[in-house]
Amino acid sequence: MSTIVRATPAGKSPPSLSASTSSVATRDIHFAFGSNKVLRGVDLDVKGGTAACVIGPSGSGKSTLLRCVNRLLEPDRGEVLIGGRSVMDDDPDLLRQRVGMVFQHFNLFPHKSVLANITLGLRKLRGLSRDEAEATALTHLDRVGLRHKAQVRPGTLSGGQQQRVAIARALAMAPEVMLFDEATSALDPELVKGVLATIADLAGEGMTMLVVTHEMGFARGVADTVHFMDHGRVVESGPPEQIFEAASSRRLQEFLSQVL
Amino acid sequence: MDILRTLQETFLDLDAMGKALPELITVGLPNTLILAFCSAVLGTVAGMLLAVSGLSRSRWLRWPARIYTDIFRGLPAAVTILLIGVGLAPLGLGIWGPNPYPLGILALSLIASAYIGEIFRSGIQSVEAGQLEAARALGFSRTIGMRLVVIPQGVRRVLPALVNQFIALVKESSLVYFLGLLATQRDLFRIGQDQAANTGNESALLLAGLFYLVITVPLTHVVNYIDSRLRTGRRSDGADGNDGAGDPNDDLAFAISQEAH
Repeated sequence: MSTIVRATPAGKSPPSLSASTSSVATRDIHFAFGSNKVLRGVDLDVKGGTAACVIGPSGSGKSTLLRCVNRLLEPDRGEVLIGGRSVMDDDPDLLRQRVGMVFQHFNLFPHKSVLANITLGLRKLRGLSRDEAEATALTHLDRVGLRHKAQVRPGTLSGGQQQRVAIARALAMAPEVMLFDEATSALDPELVKGVLATIADLAGEGMTMLVVTHEMGFARGVADTVHFMDHGRVVESGPPEQIFEAASSRRLQEFLSQVL
Repeated sequence: MDILRTLQETFLDLDAMGKALPELITVGLPNTLILAFCSAVLGTVAGMLLAVSGLSRSRWLRWPARIYTDIFRGLPAAVTILLIGVGLAPLGLGIWGPNPYPLGILALSLIASAYIGEIFRSGIQSVEAGQLEAARALGFSRTIGMRLVVIPQGVRRVLPALVNQFIALVKESSLVYFLGLLATQRDLFRIGQDQAANTGNESALLLAGLFYLVITVPLTHVVNYIDSRLRTGRRSDGADGNDGAGDPNDDLAFAISQEAH
C-alpha cells in the first residue's frame, strides 16, 4: 500500500476555493432500478471540509449513492442534506451547480477544447463573460498543472490529464461539495498517482468530498472517514485506522482480505 | 465500325450538346440547385426536429415522428411528389399561383427529412450516455445538455451520411418534372430530356448527366474529406477557443442544433 503524497509543495498556496464548503448527509436513501433494489436505506454523514471515502464490492451501490446525492438519480425514498438543509425540494439543476462531480470515464466534451470544456458552465450557467470565464478556467487549469493544454482537444491528452481537466471543470463551478466516482479506475496504473495527488490536495484545502474509490491506499491516507458499503447499505463507518486495522463486521473483514 | 459511329452520334453529338448547353447553364443548373438546396435546408431542419422528437421521453412526440418517418421513407419518391405536387396543387394555386416549385420542394423536403431524421437520430444515440450525465452534473438541464453537448457531437458523427443524403436529393430533384414545368422552370434533367425527345439524340441528356456529376462528385469528395478527418482526428490548432468559433465543423453542428430549437 503506497502513501499518497500531496502534489503541491508546502509554502506554495494553490488558488483558493471561492465558495465555502458544506456538510453532506444522506438519510435513509432508497433507490431501485426496476425490481433491483440498489440502495436500501443509506445513512451517511460527511462533515463540512472533510473527505469521506466510500469503499465496497462492485454492485454494492456506491456509484448509485453518489448519483442520488446530486440527484442525477432521484431517490425513491429518503433525503439528501447539504449544509444541514434538505435539497429534495430544490431545483435539481441548481442543486447540481453546487455539487461538483468527477466520473470514472472523465466524460470531457471531446468536441470542445480543454478550455472550452471548463468555460461552458461558467458562461452558460454562471453568466460570466468570455474573458472572465477564461481567466477562471486558466486558474483552475493551473491548479491541476495543465494550463499549457488549454487550447487542445481532450482526445489528445492522456487519461490522467483528462481526469485532471475534469476535476478542474468541476472545481471551476465553485462547488460546495465534490463527488468522485471511481476517478482513477479507468486509468493506466502509472497515471493513477497524479490524479490521486490532485484529489488529496483538494482534501488538504478543506473541500468537502465524497470519494468512491477502489484505492485503499488513498482511502487510508487521505480520508477523514471511511464508509464500507455492501448490498445497498453502509455496513461500517469510521476513521481509516479503525476500518483498516480493526474492522468489526465480518463482511468488511472479508472484503479487506480480498482487496489488500 | 458502324456501331461505334452510331454510339458516337447518339451520345456525343457536339452540335446537339451545343444547342442544349446555354439552357442547361442558365435555366437547368440554377433550377436544380434551387430545388436541391431549398429541400436540403428544409429537410435538415425538419429532420432535426424529427430526430429530437423520436428521442423524446414523451410518446406523444415519439410516435408521430415514428409514423411520419415510416411513411415518407417507405413511399416511392415519385408517389410522394405526385401526391403532394398534384394533390395539393389547388391549394398552392391560391397561394403562389401556377408554380410547381413550392410543392415540389415541399415533397422533396418531406422525403429528405424522413431520412435525415433517422441519420441524426442514430448519430445522437451513438453519443455516450456519460456526456449528457456530465453536462447535467455541471447543472445543465437535460434539454440544454442535449443542445450544447450531445447533439453537436451526434451531428458531427453523421456528417458523411448527411452529405450522402444531399447527393441523393440533387438526383431526386429531377423527379419534379412529374409536376409539369414551364420552359423557364425546367431543371437539368428536363432540359436534356426535352432536347433528346425532340431530336431522337441522347447527347443533350448525357450533357445534363455531366452537370449532375459536376454537382455530386465534389460532394462525394466532401464526404470522404469529412470522413477521413473524423477518423484521423482533427487538427488541434487551437483555433476553437470557445464554442468552437473558427472551426467550420463546430459552427455547422452548432447551427444545426440551434435550428432544432
